[in-house]
Amino acid sequence: MSKESPLYGVHKGLGALFTDFAGWSMPVRYSSELAEHKAVREAAGLFDLSHMAEIEVTGPQAADVLDYAFVGNLSAVKVGRARYTMICNAEGGVLDDLVVYRLADEKFLVVANAGNADVVAAALAERVAGFDAVVTNKSEDVALIAVQGPRAVDILSAVTDADLAELKYYASVPAVVKGHDVLLARTGYTGEDGFELYVAAAEAPAVWQLLTEAGAPHGLLPAGLACRDTLRLEAGMPLYGNELSLELSPFEAGLGRVVKFEKPNDFVGKAALEQLAKADVPRVRVGLKGTGRRAPRHGYKLLADGVEVGEVTSGALSPTLGHPIAMAYVDRAHTAPGTQLSVDIRGKIEPVEVVEIPFYQRG
Amino acid sequence: MSIPQHLKYTKEHEWISVEGDVATVGITAFAAESLGDIVFVQLPAVGEKVAAGEVFGEVESTKSVSELYAPLSGEVVEVNDAVTETPELINSDPFDQGWLLKVRTDDVPELLDAAAYAALTQEG
Repeated sequence: MSKESPLYGVHKGLGALFTDFAGWSMPVRYSSELAEHKAVREAAGLFDLSHMAEIEVTGPQAADVLDYAFVGNLSAVKVGRARYTMICNAEGGVLDDLVVYRLADEKFLVVANAGNADVVAAALAERVAGFDAVVTNKSEDVALIAVQGPRAVDILSAVTDADLAELKYYASVPAVVKGHDVLLARTGYTGEDGFELYVAAAEAPAVWQLLTEAGAPHGLLPAGLACRDTLRLEAGMPLYGNELSLELSPFEAGLGRVVKFEKPNDFVGKAALEQLAKADVPRVRVGLKGTGRRAPRHGYKLLADGVEVGEVTSGALSPTLGHPIAMAYVDRAHTAPGTQLSVDIRGKIEPVEVVEIPFYQRG
Repeated sequence: MSIPQHLKYTKEHEWISVEGDVATVGITAFAAESLGDIVFVQLPAVGEKVAAGEVFGEVESTKSVSELYAPLSGEVVEVNDAVTETPELINSDPFDQGWLLKVRTDDVPELLDAAAYAALTQEG
């Protein structure tokens, strides 16, 4: 039996088509995923992300725990700011990628992918040993609603008095949405400006309704996981299970910048990651651009002169750009932008070109 | 979900309309809705033979690729170029403008009527 979001009934009422995602029954789309994608790029989309895991870390040594447990330098994050980071195992493999919000000197909110919720919670529970801090999994009590798109700021300003001009990208502030307490964050996974609202599960339907009403004049559409995936792909953002896994280090993913060797303390995976940082990783993540309308997809092989040189991790016909785009792991010799490769699309060999990530950047 | 009474159906969510010895084939609204927005269609060329139960083409949505299975055997006499140009016709009008191909056949197999197909989609 799949878990249901506190907004499940709301989605049912909207006629959503559901999919099982990491053990959760979540909306894949409400009407047309292309229309929802376009709404986020041009107006705004309303997402239920309550499947994501929220884990609170509190106490005098909360920052120290996170510096030890994660690859980033979380003690350097100011109160009210957020940081993208990763949690690795001792071998340097990625257990999950995370967003960490510092809510107070001694209070952090760690947001993990639904599929890794148990792994991250267990790792944190283990890594907190010996520190004066407490790890609490709040996932059951917290819903997450995102408003993403160029009109998101207009929509939020209609329902909250929070100073949105002061709320920078990767920052958060406690706010009130028409009487409902939320943590309002300027974060997202779409490549657009937007907000994520962490709210008590019981209040989520009311907040969703307020945002729906405030968004109507701005073209806001409820948006499902199908368009969330094409949006993040266009923005070049990795998805755990596709671009990130236990078998890959942050360096192969092209995300070595998140590993902060300069922080003073030891952290889980440090020794292995130092070795990996020095070694030439065999394959790295690249972007690919295709022609026509057929998309290279997860698992398809990449060829150079008939020899396999890589594998696609995510791909789709880009709704915004109109041509196929993909991310892939490719042997180092073939990763320069402009390199011509071939992809085996179910037996048909199609040309692709290595291009810079992201594919899309907002204007 | 619309299921026109005058058409015949398969368990693979295709519809068939037979006039004389020519059968028009498409996919149902139920199939189109579960696939999502269709962005690519591959169909055989006019003159090619299709065989009942075998793959004759594929449809891609943003999220998935699905093979199309021929509901009957015969020779392709016409393909709908409009859907290869504008695949979203399959979503917007699956039973009319979104037709896929016409096949000349002398052997129409037993197919589901609208009521039987409706029962099939109810089962989920």
